[in-house]
Amino acid sequence: MAGALSFNNVGMTFPDGTRALGGATFDVNPGEFITVVGPSGCGKSTLLRIASNLETATEGICNVDRDSIGYVFQDATLLPWRTVAKNIELLAELHGVDKAERDERVRNVIDLVGLSGFEDKYPKQLSGGMKMRASLARSLVMKPRVFLFDEPFGALDEITRERLNDELLRLFQLEGFAGLFITHSISEAVYMSTKVLVMSSRPGRIVASFDVPFEYPRAHSLRYEPKFAELCGEVSTALRGALV
Amino acid sequence: MTDLNSQVAVTPPSSRRPDDAPIETTNRVRASDIIGPAVVFVLFIAFWYALSTRLLPEQKRFLLPTPHKVLKEGFFTWEAGEQRGLFPILKSMWSSIQVAVIGLIITIIIGTALATAMATRRWVERATWPYLVALQSAPILAMTPLIRALIDGVQTQRILVVVLIAFFPIVNNTLFGLLSVEKSQHELFTLHGASKWTRLTKLQFPAAMPNIFVGLRISAGLSVIGAVVGDFYFRQGGVVGIGAQIDIYRGRLWGSELIAAILLASAFGLVVFIVFGFLSKLAIGKWHTTTRGQ
Repeated sequence: MAGALSFNNVGMTFPDGTRALGGATFDVNPGEFITVVGPSGCGKSTLLRIASNLETATEGICNVDRDSIGYVFQDATLLPWRTVAKNIELLAELHGVDKAERDERVRNVIDLVGLSGFEDKYPKQLSGGMKMRASLARSLVMKPRVFLFDEPFGALDEITRERLNDELLRLFQLEGFAGLFITHSISEAVYMSTKVLVMSSRPGRIVASFDVPFEYPRAHSLRYEPKFAELCGEVSTALRGALV
Repeated sequence: MTDLNSQVAVTPPSSRRPDDAPIETTNRVRASDIIGPAVVFVLFIAFWYALSTRLLPEQKRFLLPTPHKVLKEGFFTWEAGEQRGLFPILKSMWSSIQVAVIGLIITIIIGTALATAMATRRWVERATWPYLVALQSAPILAMTPLIRALIDGVQTQRILVVVLIAFFPIVNNTLFGLLSVEKSQHELFTLHGASKWTRLTKLQFPAAMPNIFVGLRISAGLSVIGAVVGDFYFRQGGVVGIGAQIDIYRGRLWGSELIAAILLASAFGLVVFIVFGFLSKLAIGKWHTTTRGQ
């Protein structure tokens, strides 16, 4: 039985002949959080774009319930003319959810991501971390069963990033979605995931897979334990191998 | 839960303040905001006095009366014989204002509609763009004899000139704004199956507002110019526009009324500019940031 999101030998060759992705096969099940690490330009983002139908794979099959996808972009992509609450309401609005229901959902997720008190602020009044929270909340409103993250915390400072990692893990446990996360950071990958996939440089292929054995909820102190460092080291070695 | 939230509050209250700061500074009136313009104003009046009492050759000075004479005859005389005094100036001013405003409204409606069509249908853009550029560079005044020959009614002719002159900036800026939406924002709408109409109303138009207001401001200024200049060429019957009135004063060598009319026409342009600046601030000031390098 395929997962909530399944890639079956999915490959991508752009019209100009560039081969971005060379045959990826893996499933993401509800309750799984899979992170893909790889060198820049190896086609990690292409995976997400195929999963969300922003692009169509040239080979293979990608199965996913398209009505149930949450997509968090690299930048927060908030609409600057909408307040935080209005931004969070947006996707529900696009899906025709009625007003009373929208308000209810928005209230809930605002509490969930810790944005209470910021409902009426405009994006320009928020810090980078706050914007990302709003962006997460916006997707959460639709209760996605499959959540795609395209390096969402890449632009944040390390402390903010670690806090948002904890936040996202808490949401993951709460909602039990199937998560597919792209990142450059090995420690972020290991800290967050149930499984880390390593991709080679272009055309991207999955060259290694690491199951992460740590129990949820994970505490910040995990980052400083030897077994954590050891796993990071293994992923790093695989990544170096993938670069050649 | 509350414990967790306080632990993860990314922005401490103290560092939030700088984010709000720009809003406060734009509202504060600084001394330099008043002193600068005041100094320039005094210099302007002084230069005017020098011009009308010393610099101009004597036989031309009657065309540029001193400021206090203009004030007395042009502004503080309500109505005196023939067409002298403030009242006839205001009356012709009113006629021009109507032409400018009607022309501007028509321009906004047609211009925005055309820009929308161009933004959503590539072929409309391709088909019309060369002619818009041609219209922009064409000397509209050179067309006035043709306009006069083809179109009946002075009022219609005057409005048409306004539309022709004010048209391009609205279309250009609106189109630019509608097409400048970030790719990731478009993709967000694509992901959630937004229709073309939803995309236009919830994404492209709001995002284009800053550009639309730039276009509005330019077009509004041009509509005033269009109305005043159009007056020079189109006048028949009783009421004439301020442009025509200025030409009459020049012909009769009434310096005070001439200058008063020019000043009022300029003031009208200024008011239009300020009104649109205010509207712009009202509509987008809350969320849009203008940046100025230090």
